[in-house]
Amino acid sequence: MPDATAASDADEWFVRKVLPLEAMLVQYLHHNWRNPSDVRDLLHDVYVRVYEAARTQIPDHAKAFVFTTARNLLITRARQEHIVSIEAVADLEALGVAHDEPGPDRNVIARDELRRLQAALDRLAPRCREAFLLRRVEGLSRAQIALRMGIGEHTVKEYLASAMWMLADTLYSERADFRRPS
Amino acid sequence: MKDETYREGAVGHVDDICRQAAVWLEQRTCGAWGADDEAQFSAWLNASVDHRVEFLRLRGAWERAERLTVLRPLKADVQVPTRRRVLPIVLRMVAACAVFAVVGTGAAYLMQPGYVTYATTVGGRETLTLDDGSQIELNTDTVVRISQDTRERKVRLDKGEAFFHVVHNAARPFVVLAGNDRVVDLGTKFVVRRESDRLEVAVMEGAARLEQAASGKPARQATLYPGDVAVSRANQLSVTRVATAALAADTAWRQGVLVFRDATLAQAAAELNRYNHDKLVITDAAAGRLMFGGTVPVTGTNAFIDVAQEVLGLRVERRGHEILISR
Repeated sequence: MPDATAASDADEWFVRKVLPLEAMLVQYLHHNWRNPSDVRDLLHDVYVRVYEAARTQIPDHAKAFVFTTARNLLITRARQEHIVSIEAVADLEALGVAHDEPGPDRNVIARDELRRLQAALDRLAPRCREAFLLRRVEGLSRAQIALRMGIGEHTVKEYLASAMWMLADTLYSERADFRRPS
Repeated sequence: MKDETYREGAVGHVDDICRQAAVWLEQRTCGAWGADDEAQFSAWLNASVDHRVEFLRLRGAWERAERLTVLRPLKADVQVPTRRRVLPIVLRMVAACAVFAVVGTGAAYLMQPGYVTYATTVGGRETLTLDDGSQIELNTDTVVRISQDTRERKVRLDKGEAFFHVVHNAARPFVVLAGNDRVVDLGTKFVVRRESDRLEVAVMEGAARLEQAASGKPARQATLYPGDVAVSRANQLSVTRVATAALAADTAWRQGVLVFRDATLAQAAAELNRYNHDKLVITDAAAGRLMFGGTVPVTGTNAFIDVAQEVLGLRVERRGHEILISR
């Protein structure tokens, strides 16, 4: 393992610079890969490659680096799967990813995030949403939630974990449906 | 970045890793966390970058969600000094959901830069203190957005009622915005209540100016002094002067009580309903016109029912969250 400082720098960079690109990245992957059910795995692989590189050295331009990595990954996989058509993975400039541009207005982001949070909540199963709200809004402990909902702590734990899991998908991604194979 | 050979490892397992990451994150943020947990978690996290990226992804989302939870419900138990039953589970959930409903529609709130939203639930009350020492007391079921810069202090009252105790600063005006109306502080204590079709402003100390902006017409305005109660509706602005004692009654909610003088039963019921999930419904007009007086806690629905039943001899029938009252 590299030393802890390198890891925490990489963590910080990854969370601040890379994860916010997820919506765009997912869109890019969908656009350039014929099988939508692979997209979640591709996304994961891009993250792993990007993170591993960042542990050695933090790239200067997160966006350009992430999309170059994604393109290379798609090319590699296309070759392995003997897919001929990779015409779409060529033109990164068209995506405007050459540099880290200032993103959209921060208020717009915040507004979108609120919408996404609401969308994420809407997608949760009712009991799962209830547990999430009790935790996030009322700040109850797991034991209190269990008592309030009349269920076991273990179930609360499961509800909260799946809420976290679903939340990430919707918050990061404009295409919240990328888990569902079409 | 060079192309490497395709890693088989992660594919097909990403969902599993993500689930494991969620279980760890849940345990870290919601459960007990000891040295053993830390050791096991570190081992898991460091075992593979596959684990780490998924964990960071979930943690990032959870933290973002935390920042987005701008609206907090009040801790019901500490808000009202008078006796208070613990609300049934369903009601508490309704309260929690209501807050989130506000977050949902609250998307639009963030369109203006620099606004911070505060809200109270039904039956809630909260005092906000600004850094200049000004205080804003939010009454039940109220939403305000506050924006401050070096030039101006702005409070948008989106719904409900708030009492303002403003530290006056002519160089940095304090303005309350509600729909088309603006209330400008001239050194004062005042209360603003917003309902669907009307805005009521009452001044306790100092002075305030109410400006009514109607589109395409010159704005009307009125300067209000202690005892003045202004009511602004579409195209209508009226000011009446009332006794200070009556004004004190109007803001008795700040002490967690409601004071009724010369109120009809219907008015008193409507007022109590603002603070409670159980709603009083007066089903016949004659009963609604009976007079009701006295001081009751804001949670005093039951006291009201007692009076209706035992003093006024009315019939009371509970139907879910509605309490039907008739002759």
